[in-house]
Amino acid sequence: MNPLIELTLTRVREFLREREAVFWVFIFPVLMTFALGIAFRNTAPDKTFVAIEGDASNPRVSELANFLAHSPEISSSVVTPDEAARSLRSGKIAIVIQPNGDSYSLRFDPTRPESRTARLIVDDVLQRARGRNDVVQIGEQRITETGARYVDFLVPGLIGMNLMGSGLWGLGFTIVIARSRKILKRFAATPMRRSHYLLSFMLSRLVFLFLEVAAVVLFAWLAFGFTVRGSWLTVFLITLLGGFTFSGIGLLVAARPTTIEGVSGLMNFIMLPMWLLSGTFFSSERFPSVLQPFIKALPLTALNTLLRAVMNEGAPLWTNWMHVAILLGWLLVSFVVALKIFKWQ
Amino acid sequence: MATQTSSTEQSVSPATQRVALRCEGLVKRFADVTAVNGLDLEVFAGECFGLLGPNGAGKTTTVEILEGLTPADEGKVELLGQQWNSNDERALRERIGVQLQETQLAEKVTVIETLRLFRSFYKRGHSIDEVIQTVALEEKRDARVGKLSGGQKQRLAVACALVGDPELLFLDEPTTGLDPQARLSLWDVVDKFRKGGGTILLTTHYMEEATRLCDRVAIMDHGKIIALGTPLELIESLGADQIIEFRVTSPIPEGALTGLPAVTHLHRRGEDYSLTVREMGVALPALLAEIKRRQSELVSLTTHEATLEDVFVSLTGRMLRET
Ligand SMILES: Nc1ncnc2c1ncn2[C@@H]1O[C@H](COP(=O)(O)OP(=O)(O)O)[C@@H](O)[C@H]1O
Ligand SMILES: [Mg+2]
Repeated sequence: MNPLIELTLTRVREFLREREAVFWVFIFPVLMTFALGIAFRNTAPDKTFVAIEGDASNPRVSELANFLAHSPEISSSVVTPDEAARSLRSGKIAIVIQPNGDSYSLRFDPTRPESRTARLIVDDVLQRARGRNDVVQIGEQRITETGARYVDFLVPGLIGMNLMGSGLWGLGFTIVIARSRKILKRFAATPMRRSHYLLSFMLSRLVFLFLEVAAVVLFAWLAFGFTVRGSWLTVFLITLLGGFTFSGIGLLVAARPTTIEGVSGLMNFIMLPMWLLSGTFFSSERFPSVLQPFIKALPLTALNTLLRAVMNEGAPLWTNWMHVAILLGWLLVSFVVALKIFKWQ
Repeated sequence: MATQTSSTEQSVSPATQRVALRCEGLVKRFADVTAVNGLDLEVFAGECFGLLGPNGAGKTTTVEILEGLTPADEGKVELLGQQWNSNDERALRERIGVQLQETQLAEKVTVIETLRLFRSFYKRGHSIDEVIQTVALEEKRDARVGKLSGGQKQRLAVACALVGDPELLFLDEPTTGLDPQARLSLWDVVDKFRKGGGTILLTTHYMEEATRLCDRVAIMDHGKIIALGTPLELIESLGADQIIEFRVTSPIPEGALTGLPAVTHLHRRGEDYSLTVREMGVALPALLAEIKRRQSELVSLTTHEATLEDVFVSLTGRMLRET
């Protein structure tokens, strides 16, 4: 019986027998992918909803309705001024058109992107209907690519977030519970090598790391046709690096606290900024540029960037060596410090 | 006021016995208390040595210093001829077995998985089946730890201490909180280990446990040893072997009671009086006469043989489980 193997087996058993942990690590990210993938799926471009303000019996109104009906991109309806105002406010329509003698007037909110689009479309349709000739021919080539949809952006982010969560909770909680139940002290009273205990966490993470990533990728592939553009080897290396970095941070977080409350507080303090800033759900470049150096230094930002680069763009590892270096730095520092300050009782 | 060991047949003679554990001048201070206050101990190979004392006496702190888990502020520890600061700490750990007072083993793993894990830490030791049999957990071998009763958990904890086939076994309050049945079955485990020639250092605050299991006992209070000897020697040191406990309707001055013939000691706690007496036949009639003379009346009266509990009371003026 090898102590390292027995310790690792114990880790694996404890994890698999903890139903909540299995849910949060495997089921939850899949549900999340599903929910967000559905909510933000890209469909064929939606029609632009337009309201014509006026009376249907007015010939200028019916002529206008006729013009708009020629465009497949527009869905229009004739409404009273009251209703037009209400629909515009609630976002049901993008723009209101009012025949105004021989001309037209448009009413819309310029801060809404779809309203600005609607203005261009309506203007184009009406000018042509009234006899404008195009001066130059413009050809079109329409492409909808996987890899550029929201779900393609989302999946690597969710994987990164999951690697962070399972690394921190997985090590942090398990170790602090063992300390508070005096199991660490009990182990310290045996000839067990202390390095074996800590190493067993790395090995058991190794088992689950890839299952975690595989669960989300597989699901996203089945449900949304998600594909990985880069090499699987690169994905493997990044997962390994990211998983171990967050295990190291988990070890650091768990090095001293003796109570669950203590370690929970510490973990939330560490994870919260990364949940918000590291670009899981939207690009972190949207934050002000003064924050950017700080955001870039966060391990989750680096991991998300690396995962997106390989999954969405198919970039090889070395093109993002800066982010690799950031993760390696965190990994090294957290391990060294954790081992130095680790308390067995 | 330590009671010296007198050389009677029961005591183990230091001259002929190998010392398994020795410590001198141990001191351990925490922020607001001195938990161990200049403690010397010698445990001989093959004996069961009991550290007896109330809660907070410093038993656990002492034992954890001896186990090399807590550093002492002062003093020397030597066990099985080695010291804890040597480079060979792991080799020493191979030879001792430890059950800690507060360990709660992982609940989601089974008995056999737990033992296999602990067994893997030791180069040599017993087979899992042997140990399971020793602690009588055969029927629970595949049960999860969380599903065990208190007594079964405690036997598993002892099994984890035994699995490396130690020469020296530390048990810290192994039966505290267990029902009498569970306690008996743990005593069996201790007996088996002793029959195999092992040395035990155990702490307890149960008198009957110390009397039943231990060859020698050290009574500990406020971080110090206040008496040392075989249970019998300690009881004899009271200079008496009978105790009268009684309660009366109106109080009797203490001087009147200690002045009675054959009475060696008085302990009073509220309404309850406890007299240590040499000869029951002399003391009891005198006591009854005194009560009558004071125009008080007996509410209750019992007599019993002196125990280690009475030794503790006479040394400290407190009951063992009071604190
Ligand atoms: N880690 C600690 N920090 C502060 N005080 C402690 C600590 N451990 C024990 N003590 C104190 O030391 C004294 C002795 O405790 P302990 O050795 O556990 O006694 P026992 O095992 O005899 O009940 C107690 O007053 C206890 O409160
Ligand atoms: Mg104790």
